[in-house]
Amino acid sequence: MMKIANKKVSAERLVRDALEKAKHFSDYNIFTFLNEEGALKKAREIDEKIKRGEEVGRLAGVPYALKDNFLSLEGESTASAHILEGFTSPITATAVKKLEDEGAIMIGRTNMDAFAHGSSTENSYFGPTLNAFDKERVAGGSSGGSAVAVALDIVEFATGTDTGGSIRQPASFNGVYGLKPTYGCISRYGVVAMASSTDCVGFFTKTPEDMDLLMSITAGRDPKDMTTLPDYYNADTDTGSDDSRLVPARPSSRGSGTHSAPVVADGRESSDFRARVGVIKDFDNTSVNAEIRDALKSKIEFLKSRGHEIIELDMPSLKYALSVYYIIVPAEVASNLSRYDGVRYGLRSKDSSNLDKLYENTRSEGFMPENKRRIMIGNFVLSSGFYDAYFLKAAKARTLIVEEYAKAFSDCDFILSPVSPSPAFKLGEKVNDPVAMYLEDVMSVSLNLAGVPGLTIPVGKTKDGLPIGLQIVGPRRSDKRLIEFSKELRDE
Amino acid sequence: MEIKREDILHLASLSNFSLSEDEVTSLGKDLQDIIKYISQLDKLNTDEIEPTYQVFEMENVWREDEILPQDASREELLGLAQEEKEHQIKVPKVL
Repeated sequence: MMKIANKKVSAERLVRDALEKAKHFSDYNIFTFLNEEGALKKAREIDEKIKRGEEVGRLAGVPYALKDNFLSLEGESTASAHILEGFTSPITATAVKKLEDEGAIMIGRTNMDAFAHGSSTENSYFGPTLNAFDKERVAGGSSGGSAVAVALDIVEFATGTDTGGSIRQPASFNGVYGLKPTYGCISRYGVVAMASSTDCVGFFTKTPEDMDLLMSITAGRDPKDMTTLPDYYNADTDTGSDDSRLVPARPSSRGSGTHSAPVVADGRESSDFRARVGVIKDFDNTSVNAEIRDALKSKIEFLKSRGHEIIELDMPSLKYALSVYYIIVPAEVASNLSRYDGVRYGLRSKDSSNLDKLYENTRSEGFMPENKRRIMIGNFVLSSGFYDAYFLKAAKARTLIVEEYAKAFSDCDFILSPVSPSPAFKLGEKVNDPVAMYLEDVMSVSLNLAGVPGLTIPVGKTKDGLPIGLQIVGPRRSDKRLIEFSKELRDE
Repeated sequence: MEIKREDILHLASLSNFSLSEDEVTSLGKDLQDIIKYISQLDKLNTDEIEPTYQVFEMENVWREDEILPQDASREELLGLAQEEKEHQIKVPKVL
C-alpha cells in the first residue's frame, strides 16, 4: 500500500487509475457515488506536498472506497436507503477523518443493503452489487460494494461495518481479508447506527499487513463516541479485559524474539509462537457446504504440521446465537431507525395533511421491505406481553454466549471456523425468504453478541471458482494477534 | 404463536408506517416464519441467568460539562431540512 512513499508514482496517477477501473467495472454496481473532482483535487494537493518535500501521511495518495453508511462531506451519505436520499452530511465520521488525515483518498461511496439490513446487498435502494468472481451471484452483505471494490483491485482498501457478519461474509464471498474488530475498538461517530450493542467499524484489504496499518491508524478512544476503548491496539498491552465477566484476552504467549524458532516436520522454520487453535465440534456440520468443510480440515492439518495444537471446543449455546441475534438486533434497529421521520433531514413525503401523516408517509415510502421487517420484529419482541418471552430471554441467552466464549478462550488462543454455510449464492435465491437469508449469518453473529474480534481470511476456491473464506476468532482486544496469526495461515 | 392480520397492522402502527394490502400479506408470512425461528430459544434454559444488554467493558464514562466546538453549524443543520422558516424547521400542522 506504500506506493507513494517511495515517490515512484504520483497520487494523481493512482487516483486516476482507480477512478478509471471503477468506471470500467460499472456493471457490477459497486459505487453509489464517484468522488471524481474531490479525489483528484486531494491527489494534486498531496503531489504538491511531496514536491515541496513536506511530510505526508502513512496513507498518502492511497485510493480507498467508503461504505455508504459513513458520513463524509463528499457525496450523499445515504446508507443506500431511499429515506436518506438527498442527505449531504455536514460532519465527517471520525474513522474517515483519521484515514484522510493520513492522506487516504476516497474515490467513491460503496453500495450496501439499506441501513446494513441484509447479507447480500440485494436490499439496497440502488439495486444489488454483483460478485467479483461470478456476476450471477451476490456480493454478500451488507458491505457488498466495499468487498467487491477491493476484490476487483479498484482500490487498495475499503471501509465496512459489521453488526452480525457484514464485513466477514462479503470478504469471504469475494476472496479478500475482512476484519470485525473488538467491540469499541474504532469510533462509530458519524456512522449510521444499526444496532448499537453490536455495530463495529472495520476494513477490507488484500493483505494482513495493510489491515494492521489501518487498525493502527483508526483504533482508539474518541471523545465523540463514549463507547470507544482506550487505544489498546497500538499500546501493545494485550492483557485483556478489565471486566472479568467479559471474555478475557489471554496474556500474550508470543515469544519476545526470533530465537528458539523450532524447525518443524517439513524442515521449514516456523515462527516461535505455538498457538492453541480451537475448532467448534458441535456445530451442525451437515449445514455447511462440503468444500468449505474440506478447506477447514485442510487448514487444520496445515496448522498441525506447523506445530500448532488443535483443541476441540464444546460451545452448545452457539446454536441459539442466530435466534438471540434476530431478537436483540431488530429491537435495537426499531429504536435506532425511529429517528427517520422526514422532519430534519433526508426524504420528506409530499402533501401530508398533518405531522403524524408526514411521519407515516415518509417512513412507508422511505424504508425497504427488509427495514420494515426488522423494525416490526423489533417492536414485536419489545412489546408488552412478549418482552419477557423474547427480548429478556434473548438477553439472558446472550450471557451464556459471552460466557461460552470466555471459557473457550481459557482453553485456546484462537478459534478457526467457517464464516458462512455456503460460498456466494445466486442473485434472487434467498432475497424473498428472510429466514433463509438470516441463516447466512449463523456462524458470524455470535462474535458480535460477545464483542470479540474476527478476521476473514481467503483460503482458496471451490471447484466452480468461488472464493472460500474462513474466520479466525480471538478474545477481546486480541485484534493485533489475530492479524499476526493470519499470516501463518496465508496460502503459500 | 400465530400472527394475525390485526397483529401486523398493530405492529405497523407502532412502527409509524402504513402497509399496502400486498405488504400485509407478505410481511405477515415473513414475520410468522421469523417468529417461529426465533422461538427456538424456548428450548434453552435461562433460569437464574442475568441478562446482558451490552458488551462494552466500561460501566460509565465521565467528562467535564463544557461546551466544545461543534462540527456543524446551526445553519448547516437547519439547511438539511426540506422546509425552514425563521431559523426553525417547518412541518405541517399537528392536528
